[in-house]
Amino acid sequence: MSVPVRKFDAVIVGAGGAGLRAALQLSEAGLKTAVLSKVFPTRSHTVAAQGGVSASLGNSEPDHWHWHMYDTVKGSDWLGDQDAIEFMCREAPNVVVELEHFGMPFDRNADGSIYQRPFGGHMSNFGEKPVRRACAAADRTGHAMLHALYQRNVRANTQFFVEWMALDLVRDEQGNVQGVVAMEMETSEVYVFQAKATLFATGGAGRIFASSTNAFINTGDGLGMAARAGIPLEDMEFWQFHPTGVAGAGVLITEGVRGEGGILRNSAGERFMERYAPNAKDLASRDVVSRAMVTEINEGRGCGPNKDHVLLDITHLDPEVIKSKLPGIREISIKFANVDPIKAPIPVVPTCHYQMGGIPTNYKGEVIVDEKPVTGFYAAGEVACASVHGANRLGTNSLLDLLVFGKSSGNSMIDFIKTAPKDLPPLAIGDVERSLARVERLNQQSNGTQVNDARAAMQATMQKHCGVFRFKDMLAEGVAKILEVEKMVKTIEIADKSRTFNTARLEALELENLIEVAKATMISADARTESRGAHVRDDAEDTPERPNGRDDQNWLKHTLWHRDGNQLKYKPVTMKPLSVDTIALKTRSY
Amino acid sequence: MEEVELKRILWRSRRGLLELDLQLERFVAEVLPTLSEAELALYGDVLLLPDQDFLAYVNGAVACPNARLVPMIERIRAAQR
Repeated sequence: MSVPVRKFDAVIVGAGGAGLRAALQLSEAGLKTAVLSKVFPTRSHTVAAQGGVSASLGNSEPDHWHWHMYDTVKGSDWLGDQDAIEFMCREAPNVVVELEHFGMPFDRNADGSIYQRPFGGHMSNFGEKPVRRACAAADRTGHAMLHALYQRNVRANTQFFVEWMALDLVRDEQGNVQGVVAMEMETSEVYVFQAKATLFATGGAGRIFASSTNAFINTGDGLGMAARAGIPLEDMEFWQFHPTGVAGAGVLITEGVRGEGGILRNSAGERFMERYAPNAKDLASRDVVSRAMVTEINEGRGCGPNKDHVLLDITHLDPEVIKSKLPGIREISIKFANVDPIKAPIPVVPTCHYQMGGIPTNYKGEVIVDEKPVTGFYAAGEVACASVHGANRLGTNSLLDLLVFGKSSGNSMIDFIKTAPKDLPPLAIGDVERSLARVERLNQQSNGTQVNDARAAMQATMQKHCGVFRFKDMLAEGVAKILEVEKMVKTIEIADKSRTFNTARLEALELENLIEVAKATMISADARTESRGAHVRDDAEDTPERPNGRDDQNWLKHTLWHRDGNQLKYKPVTMKPLSVDTIALKTRSY
Repeated sequence: MEEVELKRILWRSRRGLLELDLQLERFVAEVLPTLSEAELALYGDVLLLPDQDFLAYVNGAVACPNARLVPMIERIRAAQR
């Protein structure tokens, strides 16, 4: 085998917040650390996070990690693991203050302390009243975080491999992880990055849906690699959606538009929210609005040639009001929907935003399969499922997740590397050869499916059958359809076989990752016959025993989807925190 | 411009922000093939901007302080109409 091998103590795939935070821990401990990234680190999708990072610093008013923990468990609709949630909320003040010392330009109070602002779901005293817990750097928190962490990593001599794409995980016969196979984009050369410890911090896979706020790079590469290597994916049925993104683009239209008098209409021009929420109408809560929109589309009253969206109408508003109060929305609509909302309504659709599930880990960042850590394998950030977000993520906990679990996985890797033999073991070549064969198939394939066609089929299937609001029959059909799409993906071909920065090849490899996530999501969602958090089903009835359709008796458990045979297994939710009493099951209402 | 440089520029038009991805996708498809070598090099320099600044310039929310880059920012803006 002629594949060149590069050797490190630690290899990290992904250079967003979690990858950079872990790399820093390792490099500052003096370990030889490689970070692979498809794009320049400060252009990772973490850059899009605006809201802030939560920590019970109590700089503005009394706060406590235990209250933060309560909010997170409740937000998760009790699917979050309470040991991991306690760990995260207790660590939050430490990692935020650390970040401040790394040079993060947090907004400040007059006395110099970090300014904290209120945020939905952040409450004091176990849900009593709102508390200011979100720390931010203007509306650029993610951007500032990436810059602070990147600069610090450069100082610590982290070795960056920018514009490299990891292709596959390498495991030996015992299942121990030895590193990754990766491709240098500039040359299409394939290398093995062998290491004592490997971390996936590759982010989410929101691009499985037709409408997503995620950047194009969010293709679930770590999830695809893990699934192909026999690692199950946890709780993949749980995705956060926003009711109104521009159809076909995914850019969000703020809920403020409905506050200013925006009206949702179906293909008949009907103000359909009057039927679903006679009092609140278009100002009903997010889940009610999303549910109504999807029902209209499903029942054939969607708009456009594919009847796949509804319209957000503000044409009845005074044009001067639109220009003065909603200038950003007008610009977004003109740019991304080619519609001036003064003259015509905006096409909108519920839009995917965040992935709660992922590679199963504990709060130390160790990947856990069959209750045991996979030797040498770690995951952190959106790709991982610790699980702190459970069925629904609390706002500002995503950046916190990156910091806390980036750091804790870095520490776990340091401990492991210190006890590992000095010399790396012989490299198992089976996985390497399988990875090379995957690339070779793409080079050889003819008379196959075009990448764009297969991806569009996947995205349309996920959006229609497994979107923000789900129906029993649609899910069952969706499972059959996504397995058909998988067959298409198995024959995708590329016309361009050139070697330098071959975007077509990269997009084909990304699609092979996305399809694994799509299958995991559809099959897990079809099986979970309750409603919980972001997984909402029409057939899960709201009864006194099952408030909001949540069925704790049968479904208070994590899903584990296995690629092999599309098997589903389940594991219990960890209800026991590390040091405090359990936060007991309750109906989730705000 | 060497092909590798051109293709590197295409890849680097993938960003961390969806709104930039969408606008650059349009620009790359419609305008990039018409650019001169010097203009391509200038676009390559624009791609080095941090995403949040880049988006603010392309959206016209903030004026780009680097006068050299402004003509290319304007070309990207014009491609969205």
